[in-house]
Amino acid sequence: MADKITLEIARYSPEQDVKPSFATYEVPVYKEWVVLDALNHIKDKVDGSLTYRWSCRMGICGSCGMMVNGEPKLACATFLSSYAHNGNKIRVEPLRYFPVIRDLVTELSDFLVKLKKVKPWLIRKEKPALGQGEFLQTPDQLENYKQFSMCINCTLCYSACPVVGLDPIFVGPAAIALAQRYNMDSRDQGADERIAVLAHPEGIWGCTFVGECTRVCPKHVDPAGAIQQYKLRAVMDWVKSFVMPRAS
Amino acid sequence: MDASSHDILLVGGGGAGLRAAIAAAEVNPKLSIAVVSKVYPMRSHTVSAEGGAAGVVKPDDSLDEHAYDTISGGDWLCDQDAVEAFIKEAPEELMQLEHWGCPWSREPDGHIAVRAFGGMKKRRTWFAADKTGFHMLHTLFQTTLKYAPIVRYDEWFVTKLLVDEGRVQGVVAIELMSGRIQAITAKAVILCTGGCGRVFPFTTNANIKNGDGMALAYRAGAPLKDMEFVQYHPTGLPFTGILITEAARAEGGYMLNKDGYRYLQDYNLGQPQPKPVLRSMELGPRDRLSQAFVKEDQKGRTIETPYGSIVHLDLRHLGEKVINSKLPFVRELCLKYQNIDPVKELIPVRPVVHYMMGGVSTDIQGATPLAGLFAAGEVACVSINGANRLGSNSLPECLVFGARAGKAAAYLAAEQKPANGAVMAQANDEKRRLESQFLFKTGGRERIATIREEMQKTVEKCAGIYREGAALHDGAAELRKLQERFEDIALDDRSRTFNTELESVLELGFMLDVAESIVQCALHRTESRGAHQRTDFPARDDAKFLAHSLVYRNSDGSSRVEYLPVKITRWPPGERVYGEPQEQPQALPARKAG
Repeated sequence: MADKITLEIARYSPEQDVKPSFATYEVPVYKEWVVLDALNHIKDKVDGSLTYRWSCRMGICGSCGMMVNGEPKLACATFLSSYAHNGNKIRVEPLRYFPVIRDLVTELSDFLVKLKKVKPWLIRKEKPALGQGEFLQTPDQLENYKQFSMCINCTLCYSACPVVGLDPIFVGPAAIALAQRYNMDSRDQGADERIAVLAHPEGIWGCTFVGECTRVCPKHVDPAGAIQQYKLRAVMDWVKSFVMPRAS
Repeated sequence: MDASSHDILLVGGGGAGLRAAIAAAEVNPKLSIAVVSKVYPMRSHTVSAEGGAAGVVKPDDSLDEHAYDTISGGDWLCDQDAVEAFIKEAPEELMQLEHWGCPWSREPDGHIAVRAFGGMKKRRTWFAADKTGFHMLHTLFQTTLKYAPIVRYDEWFVTKLLVDEGRVQGVVAIELMSGRIQAITAKAVILCTGGCGRVFPFTTNANIKNGDGMALAYRAGAPLKDMEFVQYHPTGLPFTGILITEAARAEGGYMLNKDGYRYLQDYNLGQPQPKPVLRSMELGPRDRLSQAFVKEDQKGRTIETPYGSIVHLDLRHLGEKVINSKLPFVRELCLKYQNIDPVKELIPVRPVVHYMMGGVSTDIQGATPLAGLFAAGEVACVSINGANRLGSNSLPECLVFGARAGKAAAYLAAEQKPANGAVMAQANDEKRRLESQFLFKTGGRERIATIREEMQKTVEKCAGIYREGAALHDGAAELRKLQERFEDIALDDRSRTFNTELESVLELGFMLDVAESIVQCALHRTESRGAHQRTDFPARDDAKFLAHSLVYRNSDGSSRVEYLPVKITRWPPGERVYGEPQEQPQALPARKAG
């Protein structure tokens, strides 16, 4: 007989509820089970109306972000057993600072707008023909931006960021890290276009460097580092515009 | 009813769908191109692909060698004209992705690096560490953002194709966020919804892989091709089914039985060497490796666990540095989900359902026999994969045939009339069906999960790695019963807003149809070829079955199977040989044009 653990899950349906409330479910704890397995158990056996997103169950699609005991987590990568002692409960809520559509499902359209804003594609002044072969890029040059390319768009960093909480216009950690992924790519020539977007008050200057984004990232991306690099560059550009006004 | 209208409509936003969208936009920037996907595109299952993408790029390699590996790997069921087009265009497509910014792994001098892969005689697999699909998908998604003609319907679920006057004119879809049901019409529709691994109980496939596009096409009257060919990948983690990429073996990993013995040497796959040998042992093709596991299990030389028998994948001798640089995701997955460190420990693995060689039947341009309908990627069967796909051919397949379908659809859309009024009446009927059959339905006794689990067990039992006639008969009968029980489904959720239970029940309906097509094709093919192994018909039978299965849905809901000869161009059927220092048979000369 497996041990049991209690999940308190935020439930909210805009068609019936004025505000969210918690419902309690008891689920078995197997050592292989993650929070997502518990949610699937509830949906399959107990209440088919429980609503959440999930897909790959291997920490790469970025669908199943949620608050687990107040921390932004991927439900597929968070084991029940790490909470299952001393009669503990697990509280599961939608990711913080996002509008909630229903239960654990948050609204992502604003995040998608922010991603697009930073022009996250390779910008080249000239477009060489494919027949000319690849842009050469050494392993070291690849290493320069590699970690910023690992973002899975799970939005945990937005839920961890106190600035996002205060100022929803802030473009946010993942989008800035993505901009930096292209800026640091030796094949890209678009950094100037992106700095124009990011130097706005809702861009990098919103960040007060708390570093929570980097701490919660399940893929070890360092958005806080990206933001710092950006600020430095923006300051350098600003200084240069005084020293060498014609160069800017 | 609400309706919107576009020139081209993509169902699915994974590798094939996004590539098709860009191709169509580049043919004609004035087109309106809709990407309709039940998930945000970067959640699509392409994201999970690990090992790499094959394309001839190095001077020691040739197109003919890639073609031969693919055709022999597919046990001569591939259409060779399609294979020739594929291997020629794959390197161009991979190079295109490089120019869009894909972070391919590199040689020290800055050129693209390639790695070995199963069933391939040369190193030709491009990779981005072991997150190749992830990087390809995000590169494609981010690149689509700069194309104004591409509009997205994120988290819209397609329930039906609208067909009138013999051509597809759009779809009915549910916007998950609002629950709104509406028609989206188009002059051409391209299905890019991926495979259907979730028809089986144990699969590497994501929760979203339910054969949606296969069932949509099948119900609309288009045939599915070669559905009996289901690929088991030899190395999945027990319980989760998480894939451990073939690249782990390409980098030099060993397959060990319970005695620590490299058992593949007993199955006509060559003799063990310390370093990996191409087309040999651990680098044999997936069908043969998964079949070897079953034989090894029958001999009692596997290890029992609560989640089925396992063997071991041993990477320890590769060392921490190689594992971290070439296989970082393998290490991450083992640590996070199996609590094992492959630097120091053996990885438990067993065969796991991974890929559908079959799918919606298309020609070499991605067009199905139903006018206005195209398909590309895993949902489609062109066929370049034949009876067994080689690892690292599926990602370039998404690119090559996504681009081809996108272009063909763009040309068709230029001369096609807009949708007619009759399809709006059909769309209204579909809306009423969804409401009466599901949303407003009361009563019912069957839970979705119960029917789903029984379907999965049934398909696994009769259409697993080895099949047999009587079991397939029983399985087909069991599936018919499940179809009846499906009518008595009980639903808890009556909301319009983000109703995932409604989505699940519609997916289950799709999977039941797809399961039926798999079992029927497997039943009718009385031979063994590639991934389809009949214990009652153990030999390949070219006289009868050098042909594709085509399964159609009859008007009463039953199915019928017909056959279509395989296209042979330059590689006459031969024997599949692995593990021998065998010379590749000479291909026939290319036919002269005109």
